[in-house]
Amino acid sequence: MGEGVRVEQESKVRVETEADIVLARQQGRAIARDLGFTLGNATLIATAISELARNIVQYATRGEVILKRIENGSQKGLVVIARDEGPGINDVRRAMEDGFSTSGRLGLGLPGVRRLMDEFNIHSEVGKGTTVTASMWKS
Amino acid sequence: MAVPILKQGQTLIASIQAALTDTDLLELRDALLEQVGRYRSRGVIVDVTALDVMDSFSTRTLRDVAHMTRLRGAQTIIVGIQPEVAFAMAQFGLTLEGVPTKLDLEEGLDYLAGTAKPGSDG
Ligand SMILES: Nc1ncnc2c1ncn2[C@@H]1O[C@H](COP(=O)(O)OP(=O)(O)OP(=O)(O)O)[C@@H](O)[C@H]1O
Ligand SMILES: [Mg+2]
Repeated sequence: MGEGVRVEQESKVRVETEADIVLARQQGRAIARDLGFTLGNATLIATAISELARNIVQYATRGEVILKRIENGSQKGLVVIARDEGPGINDVRRAMEDGFSTSGRLGLGLPGVRRLMDEFNIHSEVGKGTTVTASMWKS
Repeated sequence: MAVPILKQGQTLIASIQAALTDTDLLELRDALLEQVGRYRSRGVIVDVTALDVMDSFSTRTLRDVAHMTRLRGAQTIIVGIQPEVAFAMAQFGLTLEGVPTKLDLEEGLDYLAGTAKPGSDG
C-alpha cells in the first residue's frame, strides 16, 4: 500500500481450526461484496483467504486474519492480513515458487494468492512468525 | 457425513450442500472410494454447485477422488463449477487435470450414459 491510503474499518478472525478457515473466507467474501466487489473478485479474495488461513492452521497452529477496508483517493479496496507467530519460513523465495511444499502438498497456495490479488507482500522470520499482506482494489 | 451420497443405478452422486471443511472433503473422498467398491459403481458424479471456493486443497482432493476411483474401475466427473469459481481457479492457476467436468448434474448423467454404451468414443 502506498502513501495516502486510508484505513476504514477492520474485522478480525481468529484462525485455529478448520472451521475457522471456512469462516474467515466467508467473512472476506461478505465484506468484499459489501464493498461493491463483483462476485468474481469477491471469490478471488475468498480463495486467497482460504489459502492463507489454511497455511496458518497447518504450519503455525494458530494466528489471525484481519480484513480492512482501504481507500486511496477515490479508489476503494480490501486488504487481507494473515498473521501468525509460528515457526516462520526458512526460504521465502522458494516458498513463493509454484510447486514448492514442505508438506507434500501442491505448493500452490502462496504463489496462487499472489496471482489472485493486486498487491502481495510476505514477511517471515524464522522462530518469530509470518505475515502476509494482500490487497485488491475495486476496478 | 457432511455430503449425502445418492446411488442411482451404477452411478454414485455426491451433492455438496454447503461450504466444506478440509476434513469434510477427505471424508467425502473416503466414502466415495468405499462405496464404489461396495456398490460396484461405474461412475461417480460430484456436484460442487454449492461449493464457495475451489482452492488448492479442494482441487487436490477432487483430483485424488478421480484418480482413486479410476483405479477401482469407476469414472469420476465434476459438475456444477460456478462461473465465479471457474474465474478464480483460472486466475489461481488451478486445474482438475484430466478430470472431466460438465455444466450440471444432467449433463454429467448424460455423459456417463454415453460412455457406458459399447462402441462410444467416450
Ligand atoms: N504461515 C506459515 N508459517 C510457516 N511456514 C509456512 C507458512 N505458510 C507457508 N509456509 C511454508 O511455505 C511453503 C509453501 O506454502 P504454500 O501455501 O505455497 O504451499 P503448501 O501449503 O505446501 O501447499 P498448498 O497450499 O498448495 O496446499 C509451505 O510448504 C510451508 O513450508
Ligand atoms: Mg498452503
